[in-house]
Amino acid sequence: MSTVNGTSEMPGQARSDKPEKVDFSSDQEIRWCPGCGDYSILKQVETLLAQSGKKKEDVVFISGIGCSSRFPYYLDTYGMHSIHGRAPTIVSGLRSVRPDLSVWMVTGDGDAMSIGGNHIIHLLRRNVDVNVLLFNNQIYGLTKGQYSPTSPEGAVTRSTPMGSTDHPFNPLALVKGADGTFIARSMDRDPKHMREVLARADAHRGTSFVEVYQNCNVFNDGAFEVFTEKASKPDHVLFIEHGKPLLFANGTKGIKLDGMTPLILDLSTGAHSADDCWVHNERDGFKASILVRLFDDPRLQGAMPRPFGVFYVADRPTHEEKLQAQVKRAKEVKGPGDLDKLLQGEHTWTIG
Amino acid sequence: MSINTKPPKPVEERSNVVILFAGDSGDGIQLTGTQFTGTNALFGNDVSTFPNYPAEIRAPIGTLAGVSGFQLHFGSVEIFTPGDQCDVLVVMNAAALSANLDKLKPGGIIIANSDGFDKKNLRLAGFIDAADPLTDGSLVNFQVHAVDVTKLTRTALEDSTLGMKEKDRCKNMFVLGFINWMFSRENTLAEGFLEKKFGKKPDLLEANRKALIAGYFYGETSETFTTRFEVKAAPLPKGTYRAITGNQGTALGLIAGARKAKLDLFYGSYPITPASEILHELSRHKNFGVITFQAEDEIAAIGSAIGASYGGALGITASSGPGIALKTEAMGLALMLEIPLVIVNVQRGGPSTGLPTKTEQADLWQAVLGRNGEAPIPVLAASTPIDCFDMAFEAVQIALEHMTPVILLTDGYIANGSEPWRFPAADSLPEIKPPFIAAREAGTPSAAEPFLPYARDERGVRPWAIPGQAGLQHRIGGIEKQDLTGNISYDPRNHEKMVRLRAEKVARIADRYKPIRLDSGPAEGELLVVGWGSTYGAIRTAALQLQKEGHAVAHVHLRHMFPFNKGLGPLLKQYKKVLVPEMNSGQLRQLLRAEFLVDAQGLNKIQGMPFTSEEIRVGILNTLKS
Repeated sequence: MSTVNGTSEMPGQARSDKPEKVDFSSDQEIRWCPGCGDYSILKQVETLLAQSGKKKEDVVFISGIGCSSRFPYYLDTYGMHSIHGRAPTIVSGLRSVRPDLSVWMVTGDGDAMSIGGNHIIHLLRRNVDVNVLLFNNQIYGLTKGQYSPTSPEGAVTRSTPMGSTDHPFNPLALVKGADGTFIARSMDRDPKHMREVLARADAHRGTSFVEVYQNCNVFNDGAFEVFTEKASKPDHVLFIEHGKPLLFANGTKGIKLDGMTPLILDLSTGAHSADDCWVHNERDGFKASILVRLFDDPRLQGAMPRPFGVFYVADRPTHEEKLQAQVKRAKEVKGPGDLDKLLQGEHTWTIG
Repeated sequence: MSINTKPPKPVEERSNVVILFAGDSGDGIQLTGTQFTGTNALFGNDVSTFPNYPAEIRAPIGTLAGVSGFQLHFGSVEIFTPGDQCDVLVVMNAAALSANLDKLKPGGIIIANSDGFDKKNLRLAGFIDAADPLTDGSLVNFQVHAVDVTKLTRTALEDSTLGMKEKDRCKNMFVLGFINWMFSRENTLAEGFLEKKFGKKPDLLEANRKALIAGYFYGETSETFTTRFEVKAAPLPKGTYRAITGNQGTALGLIAGARKAKLDLFYGSYPITPASEILHELSRHKNFGVITFQAEDEIAAIGSAIGASYGGALGITASSGPGIALKTEAMGLALMLEIPLVIVNVQRGGPSTGLPTKTEQADLWQAVLGRNGEAPIPVLAASTPIDCFDMAFEAVQIALEHMTPVILLTDGYIANGSEPWRFPAADSLPEIKPPFIAAREAGTPSAAEPFLPYARDERGVRPWAIPGQAGLQHRIGGIEKQDLTGNISYDPRNHEKMVRLRAEKVARIADRYKPIRLDSGPAEGELLVVGWGSTYGAIRTAALQLQKEGHAVAHVHLRHMFPFNKGLGPLLKQYKKVLVPEMNSGQLRQLLRAEFLVDAQGLNKIQGMPFTSEEIRVGILNTLKS
């Protein structure tokens, strides 16, 4: 049931007419725990890259530190496994000088939302052209099980035996607040949906932010099972599609926007129909700000379903386009740099 | 420029003069100083300057905290420092006098704006019972000239429609005009500057010009001033000169390096005193393929520079001590990645926020030693504003040709100080050749070979493969790498091997240095002064003087702080004593002791202010006696 249609161009169109199927896997042994949700994401990314017709050498993966950040080693592209939280800084510099490449950034909830929180908001406001994949598992896995900035309040972990006292981040609300131009959510257990979201992200120019709910089966198993398991998924997951009404629970329920307040409509009684529901427009920034706020704790009675799909898309020039345009303009106005003139400066005097 | 009916006043010739302009940080004193410097340099004097300003942009008016100073040493002889003590002290208010009187030579000249000595000013400056030093006889050992600059400027601008505040802003031009007269200089350069600055605001241009001329004529007509001074041109080597500050020198050296390597330059930076001028200067030269990126913080500044280098540009970042501390982890990453990167530290007083606008050399250990793990990074140090250009260029050379981060140390003293520079021709600078590697296109024989990103050449340098190059895809990161492949490796023996390989690579950079050279003095003897960084001028002046007096004292000035020049160890053994003057507690001294087992003695000053040459001279004499 999950399809992600959009108004942007579809992937692969601009790149090549008939891409040959290329194997993007590297020769490195994958060292994630068996059963980790990361495997699924890696597979979908590999598939997308192969379908997109990109050349391996034109693709760069930059990561920070954490389980997710081992990602670049497993792809036969250029890659850098940098330091904790700083991948956005590396990406910003790389894109500034190389607007020709396809750059991807892989990060986790600790890497992006905690130690790298400052960088991620600036990456977004500048609109650096990069596909950011946030692997959110609501736990610190590589350091063996401490709560993360996305762990729910009260989470009992190795560092919070009495429960976490921290209010968690809602990552997509943060992204919207920082004026992100592409905002989406998917999950490791729905490969098709993920692939479609990734394709949309790849096609977007600017910072594409994709949050992927990813299960850490060792330290936080089942954190998202209410969204991923067959029995509970219909009632808790709201797949959003551009131009379509917000429906869930197999079409028996819908969301209506009453002023600024979203309400759940029961469509099974005949009193309301899909026509009464909020129609998703991914270009509507105001409504997107409400949509990212559908973040109820699914354990609560009457909780709003959690949206998945593309929340918001905006066109804004990328940071590197603007930087490069200044260099171009400076060269046009002043001519290409003359080193002798530069060393000479504006005022000289001669002796002898 | 003047028609004067009176007989000309006598002119006294001086070989060199030190003048210190001081006032509220809003008085425009820095501008007066730089303009007078430019005029003297253009005339042919050798010059050296030292702007000294408070950390507060506009401290309360009239307070000691708000005093800003600009010291200029100019002469018909070679000048190596901005001068120990000044001959002329120009003060705009009582606080400026109070803060700087100890810098004036006995018998020196004070030119005081008497309007800045009212009761309130005197009280703020700490004069007891608001006693006026200009009139109470306490300055009997100096030649005091009280001039009501405020009133005279306002009178000169009577016809102007400007408000009183704007008129008073022209005071610094009145002072400049007067000083030009006093030292027999023309107003021409200053007038040209005003036209450029205020060309679009004719009323401001006119007012400033009027104040400038009024100051000049005041000197000529006022009965108070009986003598003018003249400092003839210096016998500088023939050639074309410009003035340059250390931060400008650094910026130009970086651009020249990038150009000689045919690379774009990416500069990631977060504003910090006293390094921000490098960002300002670089951002003006985008037509050289310079991209400046004002990052969200110091970490992003260096991270972005690493990203740019990874993409095949020359990545550079700069900061001062506290900012460098924040960059430390990323410096370790660059070292593990073995990619080019230049990190400039314009040192200031520390630790922590320390003394943001004052100078110090206390980040040497931070540069050489301050990282987790075995993390050798080459460290260079510039000794003068001009040397900032040379060392910045060399830092780029080493970074690009040896695939390594390089730290360049300068400091606030030389970063803001200026001197005349006989700038080089672009052609005279060497080409820089990074170890690029050819792509391996599919279907060609080379494509079958596995690419080894950490295979090294005879100097231990790995190849630079850039994203977009076919067949060279590879992964790098901060985790220990397997030799040759760069894949993750936790093998204990491999780790030791890699630590050694990285260390050897950096050690071999010393192979490219020119042989060590004494700055002055005998090749063996009583005492060797080992200096580094901005103490150069003070040490040189002191050493030359002592040599003239017959002492067997030599001076060597280090520019390579790590690895050391191979000739340094043998050189140290040619002298009975080794003295290391530093603006810290003895950081180079300890490195020399550790490396060469030499009994180096320290001469240390940690006051946020540079050494005077007299302090060095006395220090050397005391060491000789001990």
